[in-house]
Amino acid sequence: MAKGITVIDKERCKGCGLCISACPFGVLGFSDEHNSSGYNVATAVAPEQCTGCTICAQICPDVAIEVYRKEKAESKEAA
Amino acid sequence: MSLQLMRGNEAIAEAAIRAGCRCYFCYPITPQGELVEYMARELPTRGGEFLQAESEVSAINMVYGAAAAGVRTMTSSSSPGISLKMEGISYMAGARLPGVIVNIMRGGPGLGNIAPAQADYFQATKGGGHGDYRLITLAPSTVPEAAELVMEAFELSDRYRVPAMILADGMLGQMMEPVELPEPVDPADIPARPWALTGAKGRDPNVVLSFDLDPQGLKKMNQELQAIYRQIQHNEIRWEESHTEDAELLLVAYGTMGRIARTVARLAREEGIRAGLIRPITLWPFPYDPIRQAAQSVSTVLTLELSAGQMWEDVQLAVGQRADTPFYGELGGVVPTPRQILKEVKRYVSS
Amino acid sequence: MSPAETTIPQGYGKVFSRPQSLSDAPTTYCPGCLHGVATRLIAEVIDELGIKDRTVGIAPVGCAVFLYRFYNLDFVQASHGRACAVATGLKRANSDLMVFSYQGDGDLAAIGTAETVHAANRGENFTVVFINNQIYGMTGGEMAPTTLPGQRTTTTPRGRDVASTGYPLRISEMLAQLDGPRYITRQSLHDAPHIAKSRKALLTAFSNQLEGKGFSMVELVAACPTNFKMSPDKANKWLVEQALPAYPLGDLKVKE
Repeated sequence: MAKGITVIDKERCKGCGLCISACPFGVLGFSDEHNSSGYNVATAVAPEQCTGCTICAQICPDVAIEVYRKEKAESKEAA
Repeated sequence: MSLQLMRGNEAIAEAAIRAGCRCYFCYPITPQGELVEYMARELPTRGGEFLQAESEVSAINMVYGAAAAGVRTMTSSSSPGISLKMEGISYMAGARLPGVIVNIMRGGPGLGNIAPAQADYFQATKGGGHGDYRLITLAPSTVPEAAELVMEAFELSDRYRVPAMILADGMLGQMMEPVELPEPVDPADIPARPWALTGAKGRDPNVVLSFDLDPQGLKKMNQELQAIYRQIQHNEIRWEESHTEDAELLLVAYGTMGRIARTVARLAREEGIRAGLIRPITLWPFPYDPIRQAAQSVSTVLTLELSAGQMWEDVQLAVGQRADTPFYGELGGVVPTPRQILKEVKRYVSS
Repeated sequence: MSPAETTIPQGYGKVFSRPQSLSDAPTTYCPGCLHGVATRLIAEVIDELGIKDRTVGIAPVGCAVFLYRFYNLDFVQASHGRACAVATGLKRANSDLMVFSYQGDGDLAAIGTAETVHAANRGENFTVVFINNQIYGMTGGEMAPTTLPGQRTTTTPRGRDVASTGYPLRISEMLAQLDGPRYITRQSLHDAPHIAKSRKALLTAFSNQLEGKGFSMVELVAACPTNFKMSPDKANKWLVEQALPAYPLGDLKVKE
């Protein structure tokens, strides 16, 4: 399981692509889907790479991304 | 209660404080300097905020902000400064914000001069700013009446959520008369403002705006405004009427000119001319019906103004073909004497 | 996928979500417009300080004209450029309110220069958020006071000619010269690290108000991809390469 999960509200997404280029791990890309406003929405194309760093959510101008991270009790603590 | 000798400008300021004005914003301009100075001296010591703004534009927008926060608020100026406030007044009208604007008129157009004039009637009553809006416009003719109408302006502005203007002139602002000041308003009697911006605590957010991109929405907003204006026209017309019952000639004049007209009517009566007078107190809503009624039995309705004839248009609308509607006015800050006007009156009676 | 439809496996905690002070309404900003980031950061700061119930926002004229729709806050719409005067009125009427204005470069640095300078000089105790995107966005990409020399806009089709139209107006530097303001800073919204700094600056500015310390302004340099006629990515690169040299980042005034 990936360390992080991004959840993109596709109705909020305007397909600007800023999250895609901001993600340091190549998690995000454009999907084949268009939302009801006609925007080609972003999606997690490589979800297994997600670290839950929130950079995508920070840059998203539409606050369309929620990020979840594996809780520390279950993840391996770095020394 | 006791009489106090006060200048018009000072009486207006004192009445505003007694009406519960909590915030006053201004920019200095003659001939209303005493009003500003009185507020600077008194308001902060009586629980209010006085602020001299960087411009008239800023002052009216501070009024807009304070009104949105839900307090009684006022600004004052004179003609050129009022022109600058027009944007903010239009926004207040659109956003349904109460507030009082005092215009101590001076000669215009442009920089004009600092002498008394009544040339801002159109600006006050016909919408000096943009959009379909009206200002409740009150025109005092004496210092005591100025104090009374300031109280009234706050009440009416609150009741209808429509900005109100006191339209006076440099003569009234400067003149001293004995005044019996009105009792201060009990803050508990000031109408509640559930729409005010106080922080959205335990309720949905309040929004104060004059904006709707959707034409149907803006149409509705305008229809609501017009409905309020009709109520005001129905309920709030004020005027003073004297000797109209048997009049052969009717004088119509407001403010300082209304005061002079009172003397003119008396002098005319002394010379056997049956002159009557209607002095509009609310310039908007305008007393069309009382003037129409009084015009039934006269041959001439003479409008007197310190302008080239602005209220005259409303008098003509009221009178129609019922009587002749000549005009006498002075321009540029010149104030005529009652005798000068009497000469004019005689012209119409002899013909 | 929408948040409601997504099942998050056990053992994952939410680390980023919409702030409470934001409403559910979608913004009316163009795709990739960094106004959206600024709008969110303010909401986060209001949430963090727990001041939602006493905050009043001031929406400007410009691309953020619908700002009142994006928040769960009391709001007032100001006429073009007058937000600092309206804020002064609000705050003087009720000093318990937390008041912020949100203004673009046309609003704050052209038509509203006088209101801004004098509110700053009086040290009015409110917070100004100033979006500098070097252009008039809503009206169609005209020259702003902040437009760079040579920059093409619809009113400088041959590029901004400084001999005729003057130079980029660095209003934060101007305000920093005054004795009145408490805190004047310029930050950028082009990437996550700078967004984090912008957030910190906003937190300082709102905290100053909360503590009664006086006028704070946070200038946020942003791009306008639509009117720059660039992709959002390219607009942000342009911002770094062209705009930031003209608008150096950092605190310009911190009065202790």
